[in-house]
Amino acid sequence: MYRYDEFDEAFVRERVAQFAWQVKRRLDGSLTDDEFKPLRLKNGVYLQLHAYMLRIAIPYGTLSSRQLRQLALIGEKYDRGYGHFTTRQNLQFNWPKLRDIPEILGLLADVEMHAIQTSGNCIRNVTADQFAGVAADEIEDPRPVAELIRQWSTLHPEFDYLPRKFKIAVTGAPQDRAAIAAHDIGIGVVKNDAGAVGYRILVGGGLGRTPMIGKVVRDFLPKADLLAYLEAILRVYNLEGRRDNKYKARVKILVHEIGIDEFRARVEAEFAKLDGPTINADPEEVARIAAYFAPPAYEKLPPVSRAYEAMKAANPAFAAWAEINTFPHRQPGYAAVTISLKGIGEAPGDATSDQMCAVADLADQYSFSEIRVTHAQNLVLPNVKQADLFALWQKLGAAGIAEANVGLITDIISCPGLDYCALATARSIPIAQDLAKRFADLDQQRNIGPLNIKISGCINACGHHHVGHIGILGLEKRGAESYQITLGGDATENAAIGEIIGPGITAEEVPDAIERLVSVYLAERQAGETFIEAVRRLGLAPFKAAFTKEAADVAA
Amino acid sequence: MSAQKKTPLPAILLANALLDGDVVFRTASGWSRDPREALVAEDEATANRLLDEARAAFARNEVVDADLVDITRDEAGVPVPNHFRERFKVKGPSHRPDLGKQAEFGVR
Ligand code: HEM
Ligand code: SF4
Repeated sequence: MYRYDEFDEAFVRERVAQFAWQVKRRLDGSLTDDEFKPLRLKNGVYLQLHAYMLRIAIPYGTLSSRQLRQLALIGEKYDRGYGHFTTRQNLQFNWPKLRDIPEILGLLADVEMHAIQTSGNCIRNVTADQFAGVAADEIEDPRPVAELIRQWSTLHPEFDYLPRKFKIAVTGAPQDRAAIAAHDIGIGVVKNDAGAVGYRILVGGGLGRTPMIGKVVRDFLPKADLLAYLEAILRVYNLEGRRDNKYKARVKILVHEIGIDEFRARVEAEFAKLDGPTINADPEEVARIAAYFAPPAYEKLPPVSRAYEAMKAANPAFAAWAEINTFPHRQPGYAAVTISLKGIGEAPGDATSDQMCAVADLADQYSFSEIRVTHAQNLVLPNVKQADLFALWQKLGAAGIAEANVGLITDIISCPGLDYCALATARSIPIAQDLAKRFADLDQQRNIGPLNIKISGCINACGHHHVGHIGILGLEKRGAESYQITLGGDATENAAIGEIIGPGITAEEVPDAIERLVSVYLAERQAGETFIEAVRRLGLAPFKAAFTKEAADVAA
Repeated sequence: MSAQKKTPLPAILLANALLDGDVVFRTASGWSRDPREALVAEDEATANRLLDEARAAFARNEVVDADLVDITRDEAGVPVPNHFRERFKVKGPSHRPDLGKQAEFGVR
């Protein structure tokens, strides 16, 4: 993992001291609310419905056990004993007191963490494939480039006041697990015909009230040119992006309005003018960063562990969990394990301090002390020996986090919604809980297969509903919560925005409605066809018919 | 502070305390964390007084996001906001009955 150098350390400490001073001046009245608000937002502090909220950056979703333990401690001491992992691979605490936040930031600095640039119109925390560096299907580890972008974008003076927030995601594998097409810039590691490794750059993706899929601005960018090229994109956006209307201020709107060809022409012109060598990272610095991500000291193991196979044969519950929650590792004999934070009836992405401590201990014991956060709001132990999986599973069970549902219908993404969020128009967590209970039966879940349900409590789409196979958006209709269902969204390399399939329904009607959609799939699917594949083949019509019939039944 | 839109009566004044963010209610004599103690404005004059107090308290750095909220009294006489958003703000997260004012003061 990356470790702070002396400059990083000094800078973060200085920021904590500044914020402590700003809070003090706010409390003694020297700063007005209008003056203080941008300062607190610069440090990840929001005001939600019931309390303040602190959003902590987890760069590209990578955590050490020491960091996770510190988060657990903060949750225990300053919050209500839990935290919420988000679709941006961050952690949010829902109940901190303003007076405690400087102290909390100090504790974060002790473990090389902070909340800088987790809010506001700047380049936000860079997100990445949760299996970075370990996935068997990977072309190259995207973490060094994510770290490089983090360093370049942190306090970049030119990009500190952009028209709007700016989100960058990176993946090193052709199978996109980082939803790069839903970001302002998406970076995919690719190999060209000559066998050289470089980047494909997407721009103009985003969700919110105007969802857009990112478009290719450069098919192949040599690795060395990355920062200069990003700088060119940001410059074009910074100059042209609209500051007069925040709903039109994201880069996706600019790309949409002038077209990707014109946008590309402007970026390439700017790129040609830029003095690449002064912007692009020094190769020595790139090598220094890359060295932090060298593989850990793996043991030489056979590709398949006999002990593991025997345990699976003897224990079907374990076999089910292992099949669903592990991912092929590039190192023979190892697996990447996803720990579901989607216990049936629990709030998606919430983890208690006890669970965080348990995961930190298990990471020390079984995974070189490393943990990842996924954009689907789960945790990952990236480096587990197959032979250790059974013991790990048992210990996860004891901590209440052994749900075998990763990627299945109960692995639901949900934003905090109206249970916490001041912008929400409806609740989202209880919808997720009700759906998980409805589909709790594991055999049925496995029969249904991969299916992503994603729920947002307002049009801002923090819960990624636009790119859910089934998306659920909570709105207000005539003074009550109402839910709009979309179908056919996809967050992967086949990115697509879901389409609305009928009128809004009440919270109580949601589980039946979703069950109807699933029934259409089960009745119509061909051998081996997943839900989203069936939706693509069949089109929306049969699903709409089932959905609308239900809406009509309810009305009758 | 949204003093512009006209809030239907009866109404209460709620806000977030600056120091700890907690939801607080204007009472006859100050701020309380207990919704049952909220002063209910039945008439225009009282509502305007509440708004004046909200502005003053904001200026004194006691509270932020102060807002008049229209309510209906329940059987026990406790003011319950008419809009579901403020009902959640008063109670706490609906999926966590162990947290927020629903836990502390038993408000439903
Ligand atoms: C206080 C809580 C939050 C506030 C005020 C907030 C605010 C917003 C706003 C205003 C947008 C729309 C941006 C736009 O369309 O330009 C947005 C988008 C988004 N937020 Fe949040 N959010 C909150 C919590 C969260 C949480 C909990 C998550 C993760 C679960 C999250 C992740 C995202 C994502 C992924 C998007 C959509 C992607 C995009 O930016 O286009 N946010 N948020
Ligand atoms: S989608 Fe809306 S309700 Fe959900 S967290 Fe984002 S802003 Fe809040």
